[in-house]
Amino acid sequence: MDFIYDTWPWYVSGPLIALVMFLLLFAGKSFGMSSNLRTMCSAMGAEKFADFFKFDWKANIWNLTVVLGVVIGGFLASTFFSNNVVTINPVIATQLQEDYNFNSVNSSYLPKEIFSAEALDNPFNILILLIGGLLVGFGARYAGGCTSGHAISGLSNLQTPSLIAVIGFFIGGLLMIHLLFPLIF
Amino acid sequence: MRFISFLGIGILFGIVLYKSEAASWFRIYEMFQLGSFHMYGIIASAVILGVAGLYFIKKKEIKALNGTAINPTPKEFSVTRYLVGGIFFGLGWALVGACPGPMYVLIGAGYWPILIVIVGALLGTLLYGVLRTKLPH
Repeated sequence: MDFIYDTWPWYVSGPLIALVMFLLLFAGKSFGMSSNLRTMCSAMGAEKFADFFKFDWKANIWNLTVVLGVVIGGFLASTFFSNNVVTINPVIATQLQEDYNFNSVNSSYLPKEIFSAEALDNPFNILILLIGGLLVGFGARYAGGCTSGHAISGLSNLQTPSLIAVIGFFIGGLLMIHLLFPLIF
Repeated sequence: MRFISFLGIGILFGIVLYKSEAASWFRIYEMFQLGSFHMYGIIASAVILGVAGLYFIKKKEIKALNGTAINPTPKEFSVTRYLVGGIFFGLGWALVGACPGPMYVLIGAGYWPILIVIVGALLGTLLYGVLRTKLPH
């Protein structure tokens, strides 16, 4: 049973993600997790602000059904199949503690320093979460896809635009961690 | 039946994202610090199987269950939108340690502050929709 509780290694997780993509392709759909944000915006009446949201969002209900499934999957995995502790490279963990005081590293799934009720008493952390989300939502639509749509689906289809987008993801990520983190935290 | 199928696919995806720890902020931080092969292995193995599988599907002209061809539409070529959009996305991904899939996983896992990230992502999507005609693509 240890296998169920431990971290699923990359050679199990990666192939399962490919399986999810193929299941969606066989269902006549495509694998992309950020387009549902546009569906939700449209469903909430965003067409008042931009024509970009004027489309038959009801045809994309399947996409929201997948989202509901993902939420349920997160609940099942965290409740029944996990001790909810992520263990990362000890060198990186020590550096996170020393440089940024992220002391919850290697003892929780998410950093309590940002993702806990107490952390939200500090308006600065609310701003971090809001701005981070804003960048993800804006960037995903600007680039026409996210990790699933470009990095997995697009690269699997050998699309040059997806390769450019993935290079962009990593430029952005490296800039954030190496240049901006020391200024933010 | 369709509802159950899509729900089931979502549940599988949610469990995999949580158990692979791709939904953990720490794993994303570690990835951008080049501290472990884990995340790279997940993406690389998914893509290698994806390339092989799609090649086979196209070669054998295997159809989807509804009878349509499985042939993901190629995106229109450009550099600006993918590179600039990608950089914005990467900045956010590294900051909050979650891309769109993991955001939903983390609601299910009960990390409520992630709701603020989702509100941000919806606002970001709205912002793109409003600015779209003014942005270089």
